[in-house]
Amino acid sequence: MTFQSTESGATAARPAQARPAPLFKQRAHDSLTDAKVQRAMRNFNLAGARARAVAEVDNFEELRTAAAAIRDRSLAMLDVWLERFEREATRRGTHVHWAETHEDINRIVVEIARRNAVRKVIKSKSMVSEESHLNQALEAAGLQVVETDLGEYIIQLSGETPSHIIAPAIHKTRDDVADLFHEHHGTPRKTEISELTMEARKFLREHFLSADMGISGSNFLIAETGSTFIVTNEGNGRMTTTMPRVHVAITGIEKVLPTLEDAAAMMRVLARSATGQTISNYISINTGPKRPGDTDGPEENHVIIVDAGRSRLLGTDMQEALRCIRCGACMNHCPVYQNIGGHAYGWVYPGPIGSVLTPNYIGLEKAVDLPNAATLCNQCGVVCPVKIPLPDLMRKLREKQVARGLRPWQERFGLKVWAWAAARPGVYAWLTRLGARLGRRMGGGEAAIHHLPGNGWTEGRDMPAPQGRTFRELYAARKGRT
Amino acid sequence: MIVSRCIAPDTALKVGLFVTCLVDLMRPSIGFAALKLLESAGCEVIVPATQTCCGQPAYNSGDRAAAQALARKVLREFDGCEFIVVPSGSCGGMIRAHYAELLAESPEESGRVGRVAERTMELTDFLVNVVRLEHVPGRFEGTVTYHDSCSGLRELAVKSQPRALLAKVPGLRLTEMSTPEYCCGFGGTFAVKYGEISARIADRKCDDVTSTGADAVVLGDLGCMLNIEGRLKRRGDHRTRVLHVAEVLAGAAAASPEN
Repeated sequence: MTFQSTESGATAARPAQARPAPLFKQRAHDSLTDAKVQRAMRNFNLAGARARAVAEVDNFEELRTAAAAIRDRSLAMLDVWLERFEREATRRGTHVHWAETHEDINRIVVEIARRNAVRKVIKSKSMVSEESHLNQALEAAGLQVVETDLGEYIIQLSGETPSHIIAPAIHKTRDDVADLFHEHHGTPRKTEISELTMEARKFLREHFLSADMGISGSNFLIAETGSTFIVTNEGNGRMTTTMPRVHVAITGIEKVLPTLEDAAAMMRVLARSATGQTISNYISINTGPKRPGDTDGPEENHVIIVDAGRSRLLGTDMQEALRCIRCGACMNHCPVYQNIGGHAYGWVYPGPIGSVLTPNYIGLEKAVDLPNAATLCNQCGVVCPVKIPLPDLMRKLREKQVARGLRPWQERFGLKVWAWAAARPGVYAWLTRLGARLGRRMGGGEAAIHHLPGNGWTEGRDMPAPQGRTFRELYAARKGRT
Repeated sequence: MIVSRCIAPDTALKVGLFVTCLVDLMRPSIGFAALKLLESAGCEVIVPATQTCCGQPAYNSGDRAAAQALARKVLREFDGCEFIVVPSGSCGGMIRAHYAELLAESPEESGRVGRVAERTMELTDFLVNVVRLEHVPGRFEGTVTYHDSCSGLRELAVKSQPRALLAKVPGLRLTEMSTPEYCCGFGGTFAVKYGEISARIADRKCDDVTSTGADAVVLGDLGCMLNIEGRLKRRGDHRTRVLHVAEVLAGAAAASPEN
């Protein structure tokens, strides 16, 4: 998947050859017509788990408010906290690297690997590394890469990308996984989930023991201690960060928090919002490399802090998106995501937050569909643990699209004509009277229109027919004014 | 939410009825049902003859200038009413929750925006919390289920009000869906631009409605209404009726199309 192939980009103003196919709709269609994916998506219900976990605390709304405020404070002085992080981390023996672009991430990691004669790399989950296609870059440099998060491991075997930021293989069924393991491990096909996880555990264990480098993400960077802060459920994050000789954490500039206490506050909302857990199974706070006398830990510890488009959002009407702590609650609750799954969104981050981040990170013109492919129901906004006003941000992106002429001319023209008429009550009354009569006639005896040419509505629905006369004309008649 | 009234209680409340463009065009019977409910509550109802649309389609499509023009028109038409009542959570939410942001660049409008936005209420919210309606004119023999439309629920906190009113309708029994707050998939122009996704979301809603076995799904928004009814019919369900809460409360659920 490349940046260029990401989106529909119905950019009528561009030359035809530069206009990509309507990929978003096509991908959504593929997903909606894939019985296996649909079965997996129907079983997907982290929203229910969240609701139960949130009900256990009596002040979850206050916790959300506090979490949003903590994130805003961090973002307001991001430079200060990042420099403090760098100072504190460096003082404790961690090598801090700054990656301005995705290419920088891959270059820095390959350099570290070469310097340390690394042959095998294990990874715990890192969505930032998905942004830069790090695995491909490492493989191109001759390294073996093994994902160790169970979901990531499954999609690595199947040659796919994550369809969810915390549940990357959520689009897969148990049968899919049974087939994959049978094929790749050369073992008898198993069907019980416990057997499948034990098999993955057995195969992964060998990789943990033989890897030279571990690559992880970092949910937060703690400025006061120079620590990485990693939240996992499977324990693979802890092994990835402590067992190999070299550890590299990769995370975005926005993930810095001033203090450990801030991180503790974030943990009150993160796991509840994500998986409905009170707290995750593991929290790993790593500070510097192994010291003399330590029983474990990497000999070299690196942190790569990534910009790749993030700083462009600072100080703009999009800054609130940088509060995101990647819990996935917005997609778990999104009626669009729940039906089409993550791959349709075309880039690393799916769901509502993806529809905001993707156009901001890779370009508005490369993600034309995303901000529009939402009902603005605001279920995402009310569950977001850091109160990102996702529908408002999507709406602002729509405004930017209109301002930059990125919407199809038919849509812009249609809106202009409608708005012109709606501002002129006389014209509007005439048009609506005509429409009401025509619609009623089209609806016939069933009072339902089965087909409207060039209109996506009637592909899957009838259009209930209008009653035949407008309210305004009936009311005027009643008042005896006409 | 409730604006207190500073005039003598025996004077009729001067209420502006914003029928909304979809009711005007598609189902005027809902407008008349709302009118009947307000009048039966003793309100003096003003229906500005020039009203068209609140501007939401333009606002949600990113055409800010067009939305602003229509918002100013609504403000002009309804300034002076003690309350502006809307039989739609979505249009009510547009005025109440978004006009201030939409017209933020025009500080000269801020007084009017404040007055009108603060006094705009969704119909059932108004009937319960302002006029405290005790008796409703309607009757309904059968079971209904109530769909919470997204804007009414999340922008205007409309949740208990329609249920409280439906409980007053003789003969009516309410059976809840498993997820009444789940979006129906309408989303304005989304339903046209992304028809396939929209219809699929509507399917989940229709499954939920059907599984209650209710005779009708009742709701407070035309958008959801067209979407759910359209999908039910396409699925071949011609039994489950889709009714606006105003129609049920006013006893217009069996009214002829021509009213």
